[in-house]
This record gives sequence, structure tokens and C-alpha cells, in this order.
Amino acid sequence: MTDTTDFQNLAPSAGQKFRQRTLPFLILAAILLAIPMTGPSRTFYTVAHQMGINVVFALSYNMILGKAGLLSFGHAVYFGLGGYLAVHAMGWIEEEIGLWGSIPMFFLPIIGFFGGALAGATIGWPSTRRAGTTFAMISLGVAELIFAAAFMFDSFFGGEQGISGDRMNGIELFGLSLGPIAEVYWFIAFWMFVGILGMWAFTRTPLGRLSEATRDNAQRVQFIGYNPQRVRYMVFIIAGGFAGLAGGMAAVNYEIFTPDALSLLPSGFVLIMAYVGGITYFVGPIFGAILLTYMQSMLSDFTEAWLLYLGALFIGIVMFAPRGLAGIIFGFFDGLRGAERGAFLKGWITSLVGGLFMLIGLIILVEVSVRWSNGYGEIYEPFGLHLDHASPLTWLLFLATTGAGIGLTALANRHKEGTT
Amino acid sequence: MTAIALSLKDLNKSFGPAKIIDNVTLDIEKGERHAIIGPNGAGKSTLFNLISGLYTPTSGSVTLHGEEISGMAPHLINHRGLSRSFQVSNIFTNMTVRENVRCGVLNALGQGYAFWRNIGSNKEVQTRTFEILDRCGLVDKAALPASLLPYADQRALEIAITIAGGADVILLDEPTAGMSHSETERAVQLIRTATEGKTLIIVEHDMGVIFDLADRISVLVYGDIIASDTPQNIRGNAKVREAYLGDEDLPEEIA
Repeated sequence: MTDTTDFQNLAPSAGQKFRQRTLPFLILAAILLAIPMTGPSRTFYTVAHQMGINVVFALSYNMILGKAGLLSFGHAVYFGLGGYLAVHAMGWIEEEIGLWGSIPMFFLPIIGFFGGALAGATIGWPSTRRAGTTFAMISLGVAELIFAAAFMFDSFFGGEQGISGDRMNGIELFGLSLGPIAEVYWFIAFWMFVGILGMWAFTRTPLGRLSEATRDNAQRVQFIGYNPQRVRYMVFIIAGGFAGLAGGMAAVNYEIFTPDALSLLPSGFVLIMAYVGGITYFVGPIFGAILLTYMQSMLSDFTEAWLLYLGALFIGIVMFAPRGLAGIIFGFFDGLRGAERGAFLKGWITSLVGGLFMLIGLIILVEVSVRWSNGYGEIYEPFGLHLDHASPLTWLLFLATTGAGIGLTALANRHKEGTT
Repeated sequence: MTAIALSLKDLNKSFGPAKIIDNVTLDIEKGERHAIIGPNGAGKSTLFNLISGLYTPTSGSVTLHGEEISGMAPHLINHRGLSRSFQVSNIFTNMTVRENVRCGVLNALGQGYAFWRNIGSNKEVQTRTFEILDRCGLVDKAALPASLLPYADQRALEIAITIAGGADVILLDEPTAGMSHSETERAVQLIRTATEGKTLIIVEHDMGVIFDLADRISVLVYGDIIASDTPQNIRGNAKVREAYLGDEDLPEEIA
């Protein structure tokens, strides 16, 4: 056997590469192509577009949080600045200023990418010199600073009204006028695919690997000849660029950008999306973005307390499933393939039922309390039950479900410890 | 006299009032295997940190192949051909063994901070990574996460990362610490082959390893080099016996 075959044996086989790398992208492309054939509603498109934007945004956030180990509280700054630049560019295209008239609207996310990367290059220069708490604090300070500045520099940020534009101008590409929502779909789908592919490819580059090495052990990186500050800085710029790409997608989708887009709220939301999805997996933030965007748009129709559920979900994930949704999903399939399949399934189902019971308890508590606090005399009546805050049945139900939930999860945990 | 690879001149390092390294002067020839021994707290690790750029000397100079490197950032010293290992395994725990070594190979092969190339498509990187893994006996564990390696293999990986970049001056900080007898023998063999033709500076407590490997030994006591000589002469040196070796039995014969 020669060395050549040996070193190739260390790398995944062609079949593995296809399954793990090519196939997921083919499936993604197939799904994106199939969605319009189902004749989706306007609401569906609206939510799906928001999902596409958030998927790219959350993945860009995970480039610094999950891969580089940098906790940022101000990632919306790069999303916002990239998006603002794109909205301005939209105006320049409309007025055909200089060469702008020859740039199709379709390419605005690229302008957003440059805006975000430029902002990352400027702000990252001081902030990425240190990792850890220092970096986190600076990111928070910068986010506040930019948000405050947004109300001072009106010509760029447009004050409270923001800056708006019209996407139906300039050269049409691929026959898309970008007018009807079904045409915007192709725009969002295309850039989401490009964004995911680009960020995934980045993880396979020397810099992408070094960013993980720097996260694991910044000191050792120095002694293999790399400057960890430079690694962090470059990753930060690229992450800013992809956040700006998402901003550019949002600019075309909404045709308006307001200072709220770069406030602490979206910065916190992207953190939650990435974390709930699972920051140790590349696909984690994609799951997180899809679920949380859905919750944001749909759950708010069902209950006014949806933010409470979001907070509870976040805390629950942080405490009990730190590898996020992706960790739960992949863990489930790993367990199914494992040796003790029966025991694993039993434990898993016990946990699931326990979790559901606790969720029911939480819902009773929250919904009854919200109505009680509002004081309109409204009563929470799920499935014909009459759950008044004064009725003992309510609190009995709450205690019973919560208690059962805690008991079942504890049982599942004890069982798990017993087997390992 | 052959060329000097590494030269320390009047090197001092103080932390506040505590003087840890006290006027150390030492020349290490190209191709030499030089051991530094001394009791705990003598300043051996501090000396390594000064040479490799982790600390800046309070005064004095460190020259590598005639070029002043004291106060230079560690990665720049590494670019000039000096690489070090750590006393406590200092590896990339969330990566596989192969990826650990591959990270060590990248810079020397001019991969830089590239974000436009695929790491898997460079044949030279893959070949070199395999060579290093093979030399360090880690090929069959290449796909394991580094954090799951047994202790002795983690130490081997530590050495693998250190030599991966192809530096010609290698600093090893207690490479066999905590190893069993047979593991130590394997490690010594590994160090011998891995540093073939290179300049090696090694800190070690295991006297068997020292007298087996070293061409020359320096004895560091309270930040001061009290003797620097061949193993034969060090054994006979009364000052060394008194200051350090005291009650310890030295192997009578050099293997």
C-alpha cells in the first residue's frame, strides 16, 4: 500500500462526501423548487421570506458565536447597516445615478454584503483584539452606540420613519420584476441558498478551520504560527458580510429599513435563534431560525404571552439541551442507531411525555395569569374547560401536570444515569 | 565551532520583586539535543515562555539563527522556525486528531488565512498531515476527537502539532510527564525520530530520558544556570550534585 492511498483513506470516502455534503444541498434545492408548486398562500410567502432572511442572519451569527467562540450582543448592527446601504442603493438604482442604473435589483444582497463587511471591518478592528467578556461588552456598547447614532444622522438612517425604496426598478434579471410576492420568493430562495452554501464552504477553508482552532485554544494557535487576533478579525468581517447579505435580502423584501432593525432586539433575537437551533452544528441556526420565525409570526396570533413562551424555550434549551434542537434531533437518530435502542427509546419517550406535561402546566399558568392580570374578566377555556383563576380546578390541573412532568423527566434522567 | 541556532544573553525575567530568570546566558548549537533540568520552580517553563515569545524578557536578548526575537509575538517567532510543546496538553479539543495536525501544517505550507480555498483539496496539506500522523503513531486514531484520546496519545499529539509546521528548533516541555515506563520508551523513540536533524531543547524530570537523549545538559537552579556540559561531566559535577541531584540516583551508564 502506498502513502497516497493511505492519506486518502483518512479523508471521508466519495460516498460519505456525497451523503454528508452534496445531498443536503440537493434536498434543500429540491424543497425550494417544490414550494411554489404547492400554490402557497400570501401569508405563507410572507413567513417563508422572513424565514429565509433569518436563516442567513442566524448562520452568519453562528460564524462568530459557534465557530469562533465570540459572544456578540450587537450582530444586528451589521444586518442593519448592510440593509440600510442596500435600501439606499435601491434609491440610486431608481434614480439611475452614475453606474447604478445598470445594476439589477436582484444583486442588492451583494451590496448589503459589502456594507456589512465594511461595518465589520471598522467596528471589528478594535473589538476583536480580545475575545471573551471584553468582546461581548464592546459588542453591546457598539450596538447601543449605533442605535443612538441612527437617530442623529437622519440623511442615512431616515430617523424614526427610516428609509424606504421601490424594488420594481432597474434591470430585470431572470424575467423577475420582483413585484408580486411569488417573484420575490425566487429572489429570497436564491440568496438563501447562496448564503447557506457560502457559509458552509467557509467552514471548509483554512480560515474557517483556524477560527475553530482559535475558539478551542487561542494560545496554541499562536504557536502554530497564526495570530489569533487576525483570525478573529477576518472571521468577524466575513460574518458581518453575511449578516449584511441578509440585510440586503430584507431591504428588497420589505422595501424599508428603520433604526429598529439594528437595535438590541434583533441582536438578541438572532442570538436566541442560533442558540435554540444549536450552535455546535452548522444546520442548528437554520432550525432555530425556522422555528423562531414561525413562533414570531404565528404564535403571536394565538396568545399575547408568546414572548414568555419564547423566553421559557430559550431558558429550557440553555439548561436542558445546550446542543439545541439540532442536538436533540441528531441525538435521537444516533440513539436509534445505538446498541440499546429499546432502553433509549423508552427514556426518550418518557422525557418527551414529561416535557409535554410541563408545557401544559406552563401554558395553564401563563394563560390564566395573563387573563387575571388584564382584569377584563376573560376566562381561559381550552377544550371546553373553564379555567378561572379563582377555581381550585385550575391550580389542581397546573400542579398535577407540572408535577407529573417533573416526575417523568426525573425518572428518565435516573434511568439514563443507570445505563451509562 | 558549528553555527549557533539559539542564543540567550544576559536574560532576565522578574514578576514584580520576584526574579525568576537571573542573567541566563546560553548558546545552543544547530543540531544539538539540549536538555534543561532543575528542581521544581527553578524557572524552566518561564525560560521556555521567554524563548517562545509568551513572555517578554525584563532585560537581555534571545536570538534565533542570529536574529533578535525577544519581545516578538509568538506567531512571528514560529514563522522564523521555532516551535514548542506544552507541559499540559494544549490541543484543539473539539477537533479530530487529523484536524489538529492539519492546523499545525497549514501555515508552513503557505495556506495563510485563506478563505477562498477548500482545505481538503490541497494534496500537499493532506500528504504532510498523513506523514506527521504516521511518524507519531496516530494514524489509526486520526478520526477520533482529540479530547477522547488516552493520555499518552494526547502527549504524542502535542508533539505532532509541534513538529507539524516543520520548524528546525523544537522546544519540548516535559514531553513524558505522567507516562508509564513503556509509554516513556515509546515517547523517547518518537522524539528521537521526530527531531532528527533538528535542534532540540527539552525540559524533563525523568533522568533516564535526559541522559538517553541529550548531547548537552544545562542545570537551572533558582533562575540561574549553574552548569552546562555533557551528560558525563554533569554527572561528575560536584556543584550540580549538591544543588540539585543530591539524593537522587543517576543512571551509572549512558545507554
